[in-house]
Amino acid sequence: MQSAPNVSFDTPALLRYRNIRKLKDRTARYGIATGGLGVIAAILLIFFYLLYEVAPLFESARVQEEHRYVLPMASGQALYLAMEEQAEIGLKVSTSGDALFFDAADGSEKLKAHLPVPADVTVTSVSQSAPGENLLVAGLSDGSAIIFKHEYKTTWPGDKRVITPSLVYPYGQDAIELAPGKSLSEVAVRDSEEQLIVTGAHGNQLYMTRFTKEVDFLTEEVTLEGEDVSMPLVSENVRRLLLEPDLKWLYVLSGKDTLTQVDISTSLPAVHHVIELTHDAAEVNDLEFLLGGISLLSGDSHGRITQWFMARNEQGERQLTEIRSFQQGTAAITRIIPEHRRKGFLALDSDGVLGLYNTTADRKVLTVDIADKDVTSIGIAPRADALLLGNSGAMKLFSVKNEHPEVSWSALWDEVWYESYDQPEYIWQSSASNNDFEPKLSLMPLAFGTLKAAFYAMLLAAPLAICGAIYTAYFMAPAMRRKVKPVIELMEALPTVILGFLAGLWLAPFIENNLPAIFSLLVMMPVGILVFAFFWDRLPLEVRSRVPDGWHAGLLIPVVLLIGWLCLAMSGTLEGLFFNGDMRTWITHDMGISYDQRNALVVGLAMGFAVIPTIFSIAEDAIFSVPKHLSYGSLALGATPWQTLTKVVLLTASPGIFSAVMIGMGRAVGETMIVLMATGNTPIMDANIFEGMRTLAANIAVEMPESEVGSSHYRILFLAALVLFVFTFVVNTLAELVRHRLRQKYSSL
Amino acid sequence: MKITVKSWFKSGSPWVWMNASAVAISLVMVIGLLALIAVRGLGHFWPSAIMMAEYSVPGHTSSAVMGQLADDEEIPAQRLIDAGFTGLAEEELVTRQLLKVGNRDVSGSDFVWVVEPWLQSIQYPEDAIALERREWGNFYGFLKEVRQGDSVVATGSEAWAALNTRLERALKIYKEIHHIEKKDIGAINSKMERLRLKQRGLELRNQVTPALLADIAAQRAELDVAYKVLEKQLGDLYVSFTRDSVLAETVGGQTVEINVSKIVRAYQPNAMGLGSKVAFYGSKIWEFVSDDPREANTEGGIFPAIFGTVMMVLIMSVIVAPFGVIAAVYLREYARQGTVTRIIRIAVNNLAGVPSIVYGVFGLGFFVYFLGSHVDAAFFPEALPAPTFGTPGLLWASITLALLTLPVVIVATEEGLSRIPSSVREGSLALGATKAETLWRVVLPMASPAMMTGLILAVARAAGEVAPLMLVGVVKLAPSLPLNGNYPFLHLDQKFMHLGFHIYDVGFQSPNVEAARPLVYATALLLVIVIAALNLSAVAIRNHLREKYKSLEV
Repeated sequence: MQSAPNVSFDTPALLRYRNIRKLKDRTARYGIATGGLGVIAAILLIFFYLLYEVAPLFESARVQEEHRYVLPMASGQALYLAMEEQAEIGLKVSTSGDALFFDAADGSEKLKAHLPVPADVTVTSVSQSAPGENLLVAGLSDGSAIIFKHEYKTTWPGDKRVITPSLVYPYGQDAIELAPGKSLSEVAVRDSEEQLIVTGAHGNQLYMTRFTKEVDFLTEEVTLEGEDVSMPLVSENVRRLLLEPDLKWLYVLSGKDTLTQVDISTSLPAVHHVIELTHDAAEVNDLEFLLGGISLLSGDSHGRITQWFMARNEQGERQLTEIRSFQQGTAAITRIIPEHRRKGFLALDSDGVLGLYNTTADRKVLTVDIADKDVTSIGIAPRADALLLGNSGAMKLFSVKNEHPEVSWSALWDEVWYESYDQPEYIWQSSASNNDFEPKLSLMPLAFGTLKAAFYAMLLAAPLAICGAIYTAYFMAPAMRRKVKPVIELMEALPTVILGFLAGLWLAPFIENNLPAIFSLLVMMPVGILVFAFFWDRLPLEVRSRVPDGWHAGLLIPVVLLIGWLCLAMSGTLEGLFFNGDMRTWITHDMGISYDQRNALVVGLAMGFAVIPTIFSIAEDAIFSVPKHLSYGSLALGATPWQTLTKVVLLTASPGIFSAVMIGMGRAVGETMIVLMATGNTPIMDANIFEGMRTLAANIAVEMPESEVGSSHYRILFLAALVLFVFTFVVNTLAELVRHRLRQKYSSL
Repeated sequence: MKITVKSWFKSGSPWVWMNASAVAISLVMVIGLLALIAVRGLGHFWPSAIMMAEYSVPGHTSSAVMGQLADDEEIPAQRLIDAGFTGLAEEELVTRQLLKVGNRDVSGSDFVWVVEPWLQSIQYPEDAIALERREWGNFYGFLKEVRQGDSVVATGSEAWAALNTRLERALKIYKEIHHIEKKDIGAINSKMERLRLKQRGLELRNQVTPALLADIAAQRAELDVAYKVLEKQLGDLYVSFTRDSVLAETVGGQTVEINVSKIVRAYQPNAMGLGSKVAFYGSKIWEFVSDDPREANTEGGIFPAIFGTVMMVLIMSVIVAPFGVIAAVYLREYARQGTVTRIIRIAVNNLAGVPSIVYGVFGLGFFVYFLGSHVDAAFFPEALPAPTFGTPGLLWASITLALLTLPVVIVATEEGLSRIPSSVREGSLALGATKAETLWRVVLPMASPAMMTGLILAVARAAGEVAPLMLVGVVKLAPSLPLNGNYPFLHLDQKFMHLGFHIYDVGFQSPNVEAARPLVYATALLLVIVIAALNLSAVAIRNHLREKYKSLEV
């Protein structure tokens, strides 16, 4: 017997080789695990990144004390406090006529200027022309007023920012005589292209000077032509004066809560309207314009701030209307400070509580007790990121972090009464050319448009796809099925940009010109097919048997084409007979329905086309995989094929069909290009099939590239994307779970 | 056997027919759509005859019109009557035709609608010419004379031949000019820019030495000299380029002088035989796929869009294929099969249904603004504040689409892996191979057709996707291709053109939609053909694969 050759498997070379193989195996294992998990993490990252971008919208605001110091110059009480853009430099104007620019962080003096105030005369009031503007007017105790402006110049010596403040007098240093010899308790100024208006009050007497600007067209020098205007009397002592930016209205707060609206557009101003600002005898302590000068904010002794603007009442007259109010607490509101860039404001009450508000969002962002009951003046930085509070001499600088006050549940999803509108409405209008624009960020019209588009698409797609799937899976001859399925798969692969382009450029004008054809198709198609089928089934058997079972669909193609051609050919005649020659005009004029060329009907057809293959494939799969012995059993018991289908097959497959519809719905909701190209993209809320819409997805595609990174608008677009993501993900997951259970059921049968 | 309506309905047969009709309607819709695109897209390049006619609207003085028929439709006469026309019976249907009359510089618009019954003495003059121009669209009219400078070279019947030879010469010069402007001057500009960045980079790192500065200045001077030479050369070429001009008369009798340098193509469609028409057709199609666009993308070719699409898809494939396969292999071969893997599988599957615009938003926010700005700060500080990767571009677009198509590849590969019988794996393991070896030598080769299918489907999806690209990198007109002869050759930071976006942009954002429409159809046709070919091949591979493993399972 031959012994086996003595082969050693443990030579050093083989050992080494085995070790290398082992190492390779392990490397592959860990490499693939890391790679695989990494890919899955990357996919999860989408969700978390969207969340990360959206989260700041819902962060609460913060106010924090940064510095506290005493200003070096204690000459007189502060009448006015302001800050420059970077919140580095503060300005204080005091009763003595001193204007002190100081470092906002430590109070050190930057520049000291003195208004050209004569000796023995004090400054009695200072007023800013509008939130965010640096033009000021100072009313003096001798009845004159000085117009001045604070300006800042930024230079970069050695790559370091240096801001140099200055005080300038754009209309000269001469004081304007408003009410000679009478101390001005209130003043206001407004500058426009053609006019400069200065107004003041002493007791219940109003004074106004109107300057007409004349620009020398050669030197572009502005000369002012002044004219004193005689003003009506108001009932009690004037406490606040506000000049509207269009220079049409002067708002006068007098007495406790009386607001007098004076029409100053004419040469002889007259009282237009007098209203009480409170119903419960509260005293109005402050009245301010919101940014833009359209809304008035009144703060009263009951701790309430109310927003007013001109809106049409039931009789169609424009009048000052109470829009919304905010309750800060029980203590009296002492000051209201409008923000310079947003429709927001701050309110301070006598308990030393500071509130941050946004009017559009109808939102009290934050109230914070800063525990200073003796604050005399308050100034806000233009970016609303810092706040100066001053009492006699001592000064406090607060940092404010309030990034997205304009976002709230009600701003996104409820009707909002926007400025200059006559009633609350749902509007999406995210940007405009001017700075004091009120962003209208209601997601309702977009969500509505999304659902509208999806609804009309499903109206076409669901019946066609499900019926088609039923026929293909259950009745169709296998040879034909093998040909039909790739065609439908090709239909699924068609880029949506092509469908959208055809819908917008070919289908929309086609439908507009052949409206009767489209509607007659709806009736003619089923009727025509039934008539054909009836006569086919009555044909002798020899003729019928030439077409094998399961080829009905092929037989119907020429019929469908014929009916389509007939409807098209009849279209013009029908229009002539019933619609005065033009159905589109008939719809707009006789029916009173507005008609856009690119409308929901076009979107429904095009997007329905895109959704059909999705629903078809999944539904067909569900019906086809119903175990055959179920239907054989039913047929063997004498049921007709149709009875078997409705009573056995469809019943078993219905969860699969349902999940097909869900997935189709998800696709319709998120589709971008078709809607972008086949509608006018106007965000309206109207279910009319002849009007367009704007969907969430199309809105993102239109506005995202222009949106400023980190702004509320940007984050709301991310929110829209997140909503789409979550919606489709949840819908698809549900559908997937339904399918999964169905598959398990089939396998157990 | 006679059947009554009632018994017929009872038998359920009508409902079967109704279901069948749904399939028929869907098929008609798909095939009709493809046919529509094909007919409109291919028809555009055919040199259709130039019609000349007397157009007399009742109540108006008649005028001569001339142009190519672009479209026609039947409308109720009522609509014309409402618009203020007379001389039509009310119930009648009239045909109106859309004529491409060209001559935008003379008449202001390219297209006019004419009502067919009002066209009289229609003729197709043999000597009618069509000139495709670089500006103002087509010209239709009659050739009067050819001039060189101020002297007349040829008139009457000889003019046509003279124009053709001179046009050929001008086109040759144009090619040279184009080469210098795009290639040579482009290269100098790119080198100049690199020198500027180099200097700025040195300044930022505080490494500026007089020697280095002198070196840079010397290189710059060298480039300046080269540029001066090219500029001189260009000037000479332009002088000889604009030497000739033609005098032509419109149908309205206006004489127009057109410089030969402004002409791209001249033809006399009415005099062409079938052979020359076919040749013309071929050359137009070649121009379409190989040339740059002209006149705000409404004329000329779409080569940069094809190139951009291909580049983007290639880069995307390089990213998506390995990662998709690794994730699928992990899920199927390595991960413990259980609830977690099932959840992951469902999640991955569902990501394919997440709207593509969401990926675009993610790409813009995360890749462009977040990663891009960090990349810029770390690697391209000298170019700041101008962003290099902190702006939409080819790389970010490719990565975004890779993420978008990842589920497609994962799902397809997983399906392929699951079809491989476990006996094959077990056999390999039993023979002593490690798991990695089994995977590498047995499983992956067998699953490779599935991976191919996945990749092809991913490519087809990416080629047709537009919505996310609008946010992360496409532009309507890119100044240069993303791959060219200037360092670093592959410009991943550049924006690019894309077929799908081209369709959207030209069809919807272009100032002259009517003129651009045929081109959009042609572009759409090209895109459909590409995507259909990709999909059908994926289907074929998949079917082949299924057959193959059916035999293994026995």
